[in-house]
Amino acid sequence: MNIQSTNLQATRVDLLLMSEMVHPGSRVLDVGCGDGTLLRILSETRDVDARGIELQQSGVNQCVARGLSVVQGDADTDLVNYPDNAFDFAILSQTIQATRRPRDVLEQLLRIGKHVIVSFPNFGHWRVRSQIMFAGRMPVTENLSFSWYDTPNIHFCTIKDFRAMCDELDAKVERSVALNAQGQRLGVNIPDFMQNLLGQQAIFLLSR
Amino acid sequence: MVQVDQRTNSQEGVNGRSKTRGLEGKFVTFPADEPLELDCGTQLGPFSLAYQSYGVLNEDASNAILVCHALTGDQHVANSHPVTGKAGWWEIMVGPGKPIDTDRFFVICANHVGGCMGSTGPMSENPETGKPYGLDFPVITISDMVRAEARLLDHLGIDQLFSVIGGSMGGMQVLEWASSFKDRVFSAIPIATGARHSSQNIAFHEVGRQAVMADPDWCGGRYIEEGKLPRKGLAVARMAAHITYLSDDALHRKFGRNLQDREKISFGFDADFQVESYLRHQGYTFVDRFDPNSYLYMTRAMDYFDLAADHDGELSKAFEGTQTRFCCVSFTSDWLFPTEESRATVQALNAVAANVSFVEIDTDKGHDAFLLDEPELADAVSGFLSAAARKRGLKSPDEVADAELSTR
Repeated sequence: MNIQSTNLQATRVDLLLMSEMVHPGSRVLDVGCGDGTLLRILSETRDVDARGIELQQSGVNQCVARGLSVVQGDADTDLVNYPDNAFDFAILSQTIQATRRPRDVLEQLLRIGKHVIVSFPNFGHWRVRSQIMFAGRMPVTENLSFSWYDTPNIHFCTIKDFRAMCDELDAKVERSVALNAQGQRLGVNIPDFMQNLLGQQAIFLLSR
Repeated sequence: MVQVDQRTNSQEGVNGRSKTRGLEGKFVTFPADEPLELDCGTQLGPFSLAYQSYGVLNEDASNAILVCHALTGDQHVANSHPVTGKAGWWEIMVGPGKPIDTDRFFVICANHVGGCMGSTGPMSENPETGKPYGLDFPVITISDMVRAEARLLDHLGIDQLFSVIGGSMGGMQVLEWASSFKDRVFSAIPIATGARHSSQNIAFHEVGRQAVMADPDWCGGRYIEEGKLPRKGLAVARMAAHITYLSDDALHRKFGRNLQDREKISFGFDADFQVESYLRHQGYTFVDRFDPNSYLYMTRAMDYFDLAADHDGELSKAFEGTQTRFCCVSFTSDWLFPTEESRATVQALNAVAANVSFVEIDTDKGHDAFLLDEPELADAVSGFLSAAARKRGLKSPDEVADAELSTR
C-alpha cells in the first residue's frame, strides 16, 4: 500500500481515534510504529512532524522507503537517548504489553512527550476472564492470537491495572476510550468497571 | 576572483602521468589571496577543485545534491571514468530516473582537496618551489575538504544543499557538513560510515601507508621528480585495504578455496588461489589510477576524523540545533564501519531530537555494499529524498513535466 492509496475509511478505528487526539502541526514520536500506518495517517491528516521507532528492521526499511522518518530501536533501551519534552505527543500503540519494563517505558514517554497516547489490549475483557474462569486456559482471542509459550506479549494488563500505574507515576489521564470487540467506541459516560469488562482495547491520553 | 576553467584540466598536471590523463570535466581555481584555511594551522592557496555536475540547477538553487566520494573515489560519479574507461562509480544510484534522479536534482561531486584527479593535492605543483608538493603538501582533514566544497558551492551560487550524500569517507564528510554548516544542509544521507575512525581502521590504514613508504621507489615522497612510482607498495596497500571492504562470506561465496588456472597447488608462492589472483589484480590496477602520496593524505584525513572530540567528547553537541533531516544507512556484514558506528550517530541525533531515519540493510557484501546493487539501499534513498523534496517544496518529476507542457 503506498501513501496515495491509503484508504482512511478502512483504517483501524483505534488508529483514527489516536490520530484525532494529536494536535495538528505537532511533533510526534510513535514508539513501535510497525509498518508506519499510524505515522502515515498522522502525516496526511494532521500535518505533523512524525517520527517512529520500530524494533523489526524490515518494518523500518519499509517505512523509510515510504518516506517516513523511522529508526530501528527498542522501546526498553533507546528512549533514554531522547531529551525531555522533545515531542508534543509520544505514542505507544499496541506495544506496551510487549515491553520488558512497561512502567519504565511509560515513565520515559512521559518525560519525552508533553502528552502520551497509549493503546493496549485489555486483559480485563470478559472473554479473557471467561477463558481463564471456565476453560482454565490462558486466553487466546482474535486480538491476542498467540499461545502462552510463543507470545511476544509478556506484560498484559487490564484497564484498571493501567489506571493504577498512571496513578503511581502521577500521570494525568486526560481521556480514556475503550473499544468493544467490533472496534466500536464504548460510551463516554460508561462507568470504569464496565469499560474494563466490555473494552477489548483501550486508548489513554496522558500528560504529566 | 575565482578563475573558472572549463577546458580539460590535463594542463594542470605537473608530471607526465597526469598530462596523459585528459581529465574532461569542470574545474575551478581559488587564487592565492583567497586561500583555504586548514585545520593544521596553515593555508592552502591557490587551490583548485575538479568536479562534475549532472542535471540542471533550478531557479532558486534549491535542488542541489552534493555527493561526497570515498577514500579512493573521485568526481566521476555518473560518467565513464577518463582513466579506466569504466562506468561511473555510482551510476547505479545517480542518473535520470535513478534514486538520486538527475532529471530532478542538480548533482555535484568534487574531487577532494588532497586528491589526485584534478583537485589540488600532493601531485600538484608547489608554487613556492615549482616542483610537486609531495610530502610538503599540508595534512588535510575531513573538515578541510568540506570547507573547500563549501567554497565550490559559493562559487556555484548555492546557499543550501537539498541533500549531501556519501558512503565511507564520503559519509564522514556528510556528517561534517551537517555539523559545520547546519543552515546549508536540508537533508543528509551518511552511508556505511562513522563519526570517528576506529582504532582498528587506523591500524589498517597504517599498514597501507607503511607499505607505500617501504617501497624504495617511493623516494621519500619525491618519486615524481625521480621518474619513479612505488607501484608495489601502493598495490600491497590496496590489497590489504580491499580485504576490509569485503566480508568473509562474500569472499567465500566468490572464491572459496578455488585454485587459479590450475588443477592443484604448486608448492610455491605463485597465486595458487583465486582470491590471491583477484587481490593482486585489484592492487595492480589501482596503481594506474591513484597517486601514492595522495593515498597517504586521504587515509590520514580519515584517521584524524573524530566529530565528538571536536565537541567536548559529546557527539550530540556536534548536531545541536540541527534542522537537517537525516537518513543513516549501515550494512549487516560491514566490519569496517559496523552498524554500531551508525547507531552511535543515530543516538546522538536522537539526543537532540533531530529528524532521523536509520536503515540497516541485511547483506553479505560487506562495506562495499554501498557501491553495489542493493535494492533496499535504492528504496531507502529514493523514499527519503522524495519525502524530503516534498518538505522542501521541490516539484516532482511529473509536476515539472506538467509545468513544461503548460508553458508551451
